Amino acid sequence: MSHMLTGVPASPGIAIAKAFRLAPDESVPERKAVEDSAAEKKRFMKAVESAKTDIDQIRQQTLERIGPQKAEIFEAHLFLLDDPDLIDAAMEQIDSEGVNAEYALHEVASGIMEALRSMDNELLRERAADVKDITGRVISKLEGREHSALSELSEETILVAKDLTPSDTAQLNLEFVRGFVTEIGSRTSHSAIMARSLELAAVVGTGSEASDIRTGDIVILDANEGTVIVNPSNEQLEEYKARKQAYEDYKILMRSYVDQPSVTADGASVELASNIGGIDDLEKVLSNGADAIGLFRTEFLYMGRASFPSEEEQYSVYKHVLEKMNGKRVVIRTLDIGGDKELSYLQLPKEMNPFLGLRAIRLCLDREDLFRTQLRALLRASVHGKLAIMFPMIAVLNELKEAKRILAEERTRLDQEGIAVSDQLEVGIMIEIPAAALAADILAKEVDFFSIGTNDLIQYTMAADRMNESVAYLYQPHHPSILRLVQLVIQAAERHGKWAGMCGEMAGDSAAIPLLLGLGLHEFSMSASSILPARELVSRLSKQEWSVLAEKALGMSTQQEVLDFVNQQLRSEA
Amino acid sequence: MVNQTFTVIHPQGFHARPSKLFVEKANMFPCKVTLFKGEKKANGKSSLGLLTLGISAGDEIRLETDGEQEQQALQELGQMLTKIYEE
Repeated sequence: MSHMLTGVPASPGIAIAKAFRLAPDESVPERKAVEDSAAEKKRFMKAVESAKTDIDQIRQQTLERIGPQKAEIFEAHLFLLDDPDLIDAAMEQIDSEGVNAEYALHEVASGIMEALRSMDNELLRERAADVKDITGRVISKLEGREHSALSELSEETILVAKDLTPSDTAQLNLEFVRGFVTEIGSRTSHSAIMARSLELAAVVGTGSEASDIRTGDIVILDANEGTVIVNPSNEQLEEYKARKQAYEDYKILMRSYVDQPSVTADGASVELASNIGGIDDLEKVLSNGADAIGLFRTEFLYMGRASFPSEEEQYSVYKHVLEKMNGKRVVIRTLDIGGDKELSYLQLPKEMNPFLGLRAIRLCLDREDLFRTQLRALLRASVHGKLAIMFPMIAVLNELKEAKRILAEERTRLDQEGIAVSDQLEVGIMIEIPAAALAADILAKEVDFFSIGTNDLIQYTMAADRMNESVAYLYQPHHPSILRLVQLVIQAAERHGKWAGMCGEMAGDSAAIPLLLGLGLHEFSMSASSILPARELVSRLSKQEWSVLAEKALGMSTQQEVLDFVNQQLRSEA
Repeated sequence: MVNQTFTVIHPQGFHARPSKLFVEKANMFPCKVTLFKGEKKANGKSSLGLLTLGISAGDEIRLETDGEQEQQALQELGQMLTKIYEE
């Protein structure tokens, strides 16, 4: 009988193969009394040295097979085998308790793993796996056993394990291993990260259900969805074989767009940018070939801490992102806090209607001190790349003028201090309030660009809380009312020679992109994983054709009518 | 023995790479290196010690060096606590 389990999709792909169950090593070394502690310590150090030799070999292999970044894990392992809190502490136990090395090391390592697992940081908790990996290896050496059973594989295999250590993962025989399933782990586990760089399908964190999978069971691993089907029916097998083929074809097609320019079928250039919420997102932005960063949310700098980030700290982060983007535009949004996003150290009164209250630019103009700190950090960072500063939640011209006045003051101050500021710096606003969209022609004179924030724009236009399930039906990005507002904004920008972009979810929506393109949108900022599909789509679209079609859509009565129209057009073009 | 308090600014906190670099640097000095975060303390020459201290951005860390070259160690290691690292 087939059955299905679900887990976290840790590395995309679809695999179909026989399962190989990797037995966990949960054994606890026996405690033995040892009289000659000096000899025992010698035996211990010999095992440590021998483990180091092994790890260095794995490091070399990884360097060749996967690359320097992943090989660093094993540098870290070598480093741990020199760590006084582990090695010296184990030696002390051998001495003070008169016990065998296996037991002493196991005791010390358990204490450290316990401490790491209790940290409220997932990355640190994952480090416990490193400690387990290296101590397991040393203990195997002490006991004279082989460390890994994975070398025995001889046919296509999906590995099933409670957990995979980094060294298990790095040593996977890619000739045979097609993917893996683990009972524990998360997207940030080493094994998950390595699976992504090996492009190996992986589902992690299935829970104990996966422990029923036996070696030899046929397994379908759909790591795009996070599902595992054990002993599938023939129909399931056929279905997934087809899905696997389609996915692989699609992947090859997408990769071919990484270095391509973002150009329509009729030769119009657009900018496909990415939204980021922190430094960690940069890698994906670069690997997906983004043309720019269209929205850098700076809130992460302010959240999860006890006090405001200093100018210096912010400067370092902005500089880092600008340098990494290497001359591509980075739109950094000034602090968008207040309303539903609270800071414990910023004592704001509770509001009846937080989304309509003191938030974003309203708060920054009210708390000039913290606004000025951020602007100074941004201005200073501007010389390290192509920076655009964006003010959120502008409703009326005066707010924009006030924000610009403060920015100009800080700029003058920096000039006087002899600190350089780029003269290429762009200043723009988010359009997320209907009042700003309707008056975009008034605002356009004062900015270099607009970026339409659709999530809020839809919520404010429809007067529907986007967190409230009962009015979720009013979240209608394709409704003619929203499209008309978008058109107003783009036309106002065009008339004043400014550019218009969009940084809401709508910008990466394949059913919205054709319309937005037709309306003349220049920049589309989305999550990094949407960039390649968007680039492929854009390359098939004619901007001229869609400018006529978009005009038609604006005259329709419902969102459904617009969606049907767009999908029908896309199908007839394909 | 000398000591000084520093504020960590690396946004991801003081984890894998920063702690490794810190320990490597600490090992270049003969003196003892100890870090204090509130009540907790750690051996500055142990990356496991640093990790279990759980240092986040904005944390105040008291660095104490004791022995030969303590002054230079305090200065150079203090600098490492207060910079941003490439991850």
